[in-house]
Amino acid sequence: MIAFWRTTNGRTRAAMLTLLALALGALLVPALARTNPLAIGDALALRLLPPLAIDPYGHFHLLGTDAFGRDLFVRAMLAGRLSLAVGVAGSVLAGGAGIAVGALAGWHGGVLDRLAMAAGDVLLAIPRLIILLVCAALWPPGATMVITILVLTGWMGVARLVRGEVRGVRARPFVESAHAMGATPARMLWRHVLPNSLAPAIVAIALGVGSAVLLESGLSFLGLGIQPPQPSWGNMIADGRELIVLAPWIALAPGVALVMTVLSCTLLGDALRDRLAGDEMETMRARS
Amino acid sequence: MRFIVRQLSGALGLFWLVLSLTFFLVRAAPGDPVSFLAPPTASASDIARIRASLDLDAPLVVQYGRWARDVFKGDLGTSFVSHRPVTGVLADAIPVSLALGGISLLLTFVFGVAIGSVQGARKNTRLDGVLTVVTTTVYAAPSFWLALSLIALFTYGASRLGFPAALRLPAFGIRDPAGDSGFMDLARHAILPVLTLTLVGAAGIARYTRSAVAELLGQQWVRTAIAKGASRRAVHVRHVLSNALPTLLILFALSLPGVLAGSVFVETVFGWPGVGRLMVSSIFARDYPVVVGATVMYAALVIFANLAADLAIPLVDPRQRR
Repeated sequence: MIAFWRTTNGRTRAAMLTLLALALGALLVPALARTNPLAIGDALALRLLPPLAIDPYGHFHLLGTDAFGRDLFVRAMLAGRLSLAVGVAGSVLAGGAGIAVGALAGWHGGVLDRLAMAAGDVLLAIPRLIILLVCAALWPPGATMVITILVLTGWMGVARLVRGEVRGVRARPFVESAHAMGATPARMLWRHVLPNSLAPAIVAIALGVGSAVLLESGLSFLGLGIQPPQPSWGNMIADGRELIVLAPWIALAPGVALVMTVLSCTLLGDALRDRLAGDEMETMRARS
Repeated sequence: MRFIVRQLSGALGLFWLVLSLTFFLVRAAPGDPVSFLAPPTASASDIARIRASLDLDAPLVVQYGRWARDVFKGDLGTSFVSHRPVTGVLADAIPVSLALGGISLLLTFVFGVAIGSVQGARKNTRLDGVLTVVTTTVYAAPSFWLALSLIALFTYGASRLGFPAALRLPAFGIRDPAGDSGFMDLARHAILPVLTLTLVGAAGIARYTRSAVAELLGQQWVRTAIAKGASRRAVHVRHVLSNALPTLLILFALSLPGVLAGSVFVETVFGWPGVGRLMVSSIFARDYPVVVGATVMYAALVIFANLAADLAIPLVDPRQRR
C-alpha cells in the first residue's frame, strides 16, 4: 500500500485521500454531530436552508437542510456508512465468489468448466440492473438483500477473467516443476497458479466497488433498496426529487458524495490496471 | 455459413436458458400473487378459482410446459393489472424506449468516438487532461442524479440565472398537457432525457476510444504510414479509425445493456412511458407477467445485439474471416 502510494501519480493519490476522507467522515461525523440526523427538530425554522446557511440558532449547515430541517451533511455521511459498506461488501464478496468459480473452472476444465461458464453466460445475458430490479421486486428490500443480489449477479465477470488467467498460468514451467516436485493439485493451484492469476481480478474488484455503490444507490433511488428512515445516498436523492425545483440541493448534495466515491474507485481501478497491466476490453466486459 | 448457424443456435439456446431462469426465479419468490389479486373478503373457493384461472394450481413442471408452449406461440400472458396481453402492453412501451435509446445511442457514439479520438491523438496535452476529468466524472455519475441535476439547472437554475424562456425546458412527460402536441413539443420534451443518456454513454465511449486510439497510434504500421508521407488525416481515418472499428462494434453491442439500464432511471425521472418505467411501475404493482415480459425482452435485445456484433466483426475485420 505504502509502496503503491510512493510510486503513483497525483490523481491516484487524490482518489485514495478522497476515499479515506469519505470513510472517516462516514464513521466520525454522525457520531460527533450535535444533532441526531434521523430526528426531526424545529422543522419550521430549520427546513430547506440552502448550503452554507446559518440557521436562527446560529448553527452552520455545510450542505443545507432538507424538508424536515435535518442537516444534509450529517445525513449524507450517515448514509455513506451504509452505501460504502454495501458497495465494498457487494464487490469484494462477488469478487471472491468469482475467483473461486473461475479458479476451479479454469483448473479442472471439462464439464465443471462448461457448466460454470454457461451459468455465467445466462446471467450476463440479462442487464445486471434488470436482474437486480426483478430480485428486489420479489424479495423484501434491505441491505442484506442488496448485497446478496450484488454477489449473485456480480461474480461472472471476475470468474471469466480468473478462468482465463488460470488456464494460461497452468501451462507455465514453474507449475510443471511444482508438479514434478510432488506438489498436490490443491497446493499447485493455491500456491503457484492462483497468486499469478489474480491481477485482473483485483482491478475488476476495485472498479466493481464503484459500480456496486452505483447499483445500490439506483435501487434505493427507486425505493427497492435501503428503506427510509435509514438514509442511503440513493434514497436521499429520491427524497429530494419532489423538491428539485424549490430546493435542488437536497437531491444534488448526496449525489456529490456518490460521484466522488465512484470517481475515486474508477481512478484507483485505472491506476491498478496500469500497474498490473490488465486488458482494457476484459475489464470493460467485467464491469457491465 | 457454419459459423453463422453455430452462433445462431448458441444465441437461441442462451435465450431459452434465460427464459427458464426468469420463470423459476419468479416462482421461487416468497409471496403468493393470488393474495394480491383476491379481495380480502374472498372465500377459499374464490381463491381456488383465481388460482386455477391463473394456471397456478398445476404442478410446477406442468406450469413450465404450458408457459413454454405459450411463449413459443408469442404469448407472454396477461397483465394482472390492466388485464391486457403482456405483448400488447410491451408493444405500447417499446417504441418510446427505442426512440429515446436509439437517438441517444447514435449521439453517444458520434460524440464519444469524436471526443475519444481527439484525446487519443493529443494524449497528455492540457486539452486531453481537461476532457479526461470531464469524461471520468460524468462516467462516475448515476444517470438519475445527472437527470435531476439537468432538471435543477433548467428549472431552478433557469429562473435564478435568468435564462431566456426558450431554455426553460420541460422536465416531465412527453408532451405539454395544455399546449399543442406537435413534433416540436415532443422534441422539446426529449431534450433533457436524450441529453442525460448521451452524456452518460458518450463519457464511457470516449474513455475507451481514447486508450484504443492512443495504442493504435503507437503501432509500427502507423509510423510507417507517417514515414511514407501519408497526411495526418489519412493516418487517422484509414489506419487508426478503421482498425478501431471492430472493437467499437463490440462495444456498441456491449453498451446496449447500459443504455437500456440507464433508460430505466431516465424514463422514471422524466416520466417517459417506455419499457423502463413500465418495468418499475409493474414491480410496485406486483404485475409479475409484465415484469417477466420486460425482462425477457431486455435479454432478447442483449443476446441478439451480441450475436449481431459477432456476425458483423468478420465483415469489418478481414483478419477475422475464416
